Amino acid sequence: MTTSQSDTARTAQFEARGLECIRDDRMLFENLSFKVNPGEALVLEGRNGSGKTSLLRILCGIRLPESGDLCWDGVDIFKLGPEFREHIAYLGHKDGHKPDLTPLENLRIAQGLGKAKSGIILEEALDQVGLYGFEDVPTRNMSAGQQRRLAIARLLVTDAKLWILDEPFTSLDRKGIEQMERLFENHLEQGGMAAMTTHHRVGFRDDVKLVRINLSER
Amino acid sequence: MSTLSLTSAFTLLLKRDLTLAYRRRSEMVNPLLFFVLVTAMFPLGIGNDPKLIQAVGPGVVWVAALLAALLSLDAMFRADYEDGSLEQFMLSAHPVSILVLAKVLAHWMVTGLPLFIAAPLLAMMLNIPNEAIPTLMLTLVLGTPVLSLIGSVGVALTVGLRRGGVILSLLVLPLFVPVLIFATDAVNSAGAGMPTPAQFYILTAMLVGSLVLAPPATAASLRISLS
Repeated sequence: MTTSQSDTARTAQFEARGLECIRDDRMLFENLSFKVNPGEALVLEGRNGSGKTSLLRILCGIRLPESGDLCWDGVDIFKLGPEFREHIAYLGHKDGHKPDLTPLENLRIAQGLGKAKSGIILEEALDQVGLYGFEDVPTRNMSAGQQRRLAIARLLVTDAKLWILDEPFTSLDRKGIEQMERLFENHLEQGGMAAMTTHHRVGFRDDVKLVRINLSER
Repeated sequence: MSTLSLTSAFTLLLKRDLTLAYRRRSEMVNPLLFFVLVTAMFPLGIGNDPKLIQAVGPGVVWVAALLAALLSLDAMFRADYEDGSLEQFMLSAHPVSILVLAKVLAHWMVTGLPLFIAAPLLAMMLNIPNEAIPTLMLTLVLGTPVLSLIGSVGVALTVGLRRGGVILSLLVLPLFVPVLIFATDAVNSAGAGMPTPAQFYILTAMLVGSLVLAPPATAASLRISLS
């Protein structure tokens, strides 16, 4: 496990201490600790079933760890509740939008549920993920890749600092993957953070600080 | 989080659910159709004794309303659970119980309100005395929101199960019973010309109680179902 190079004395923005996860009587991981600071990305690797998705769900607070603490700015995330949730955006296996609504309507809801980013125009977010011109097409009529792009556009419309991404590149074409990687880099450059799993080799620029954790080799 | 953005999140979600219901109109009319058909079939089955029909009328309307509500409950969170929207609600920057309240209100407007509007017509068909019809309407307006609120807790607990339908009925029907008892009693009393404030106080208390207690319980249940 490679730890972050950052100054360990300072409280990290997002920190996990001694996480443990048991699923169906199987220990997925134990004593897992890491720190993520602004501008850094946590990349989870490991075999299928090694607990990557479980860990991401624990990080955003949907799932409870068997033991261990998660802190945002030094405060336990369960104590913070909604105050923590306004800082995160989660992209799971499921895209999380309604097929009966248009992309624009879906984004408006995503924006209303989170802390809206000031000055962002929803059409602009769609344009950034390459969905310009699809504002009013029912989402169900879009391809799987386009739906994934819409899910990524959701990340852009709120003020979330920490993006938690579970296989964000599923069903994207090669050009789409590159495009999304630039978006993620941009987010990190502006002081954002990310925690992600991917089977795809992460093609970020060399100066992006990655915290890599391999769950199968622990 | 300011109250302004919380209010706008509430209205946004309410509007979203109403839009979704409107785009799936055919599914939306199901509970109403069930309600109308059941109450319409009853007099045919019982026979042409107006006294007998009058006696069972309030009970029939309320049992049909209760079953129609049960029929529509499962849809409250199922689709959101399956397409991942529910996870997004749980991760919202707003208190989940307020969002739950918006969803329950939308559910009631789509399923409870049509029953309320159709009720006077069905009451006449069931020979319920004219002076009891306002009472019936009032019990429906107080009682059906209670059904949606109590139901939301049950649905939230069973949404993660593959076949939650049977468990859901077993879970919520016993809790529906007090509403049924006091509502039908109110209508019967009004038909007999007796005063009914006692039943209304109890129904109102149930509404207030479930309005306060159900949303946080539903939010907690959803958290359990998702983890």
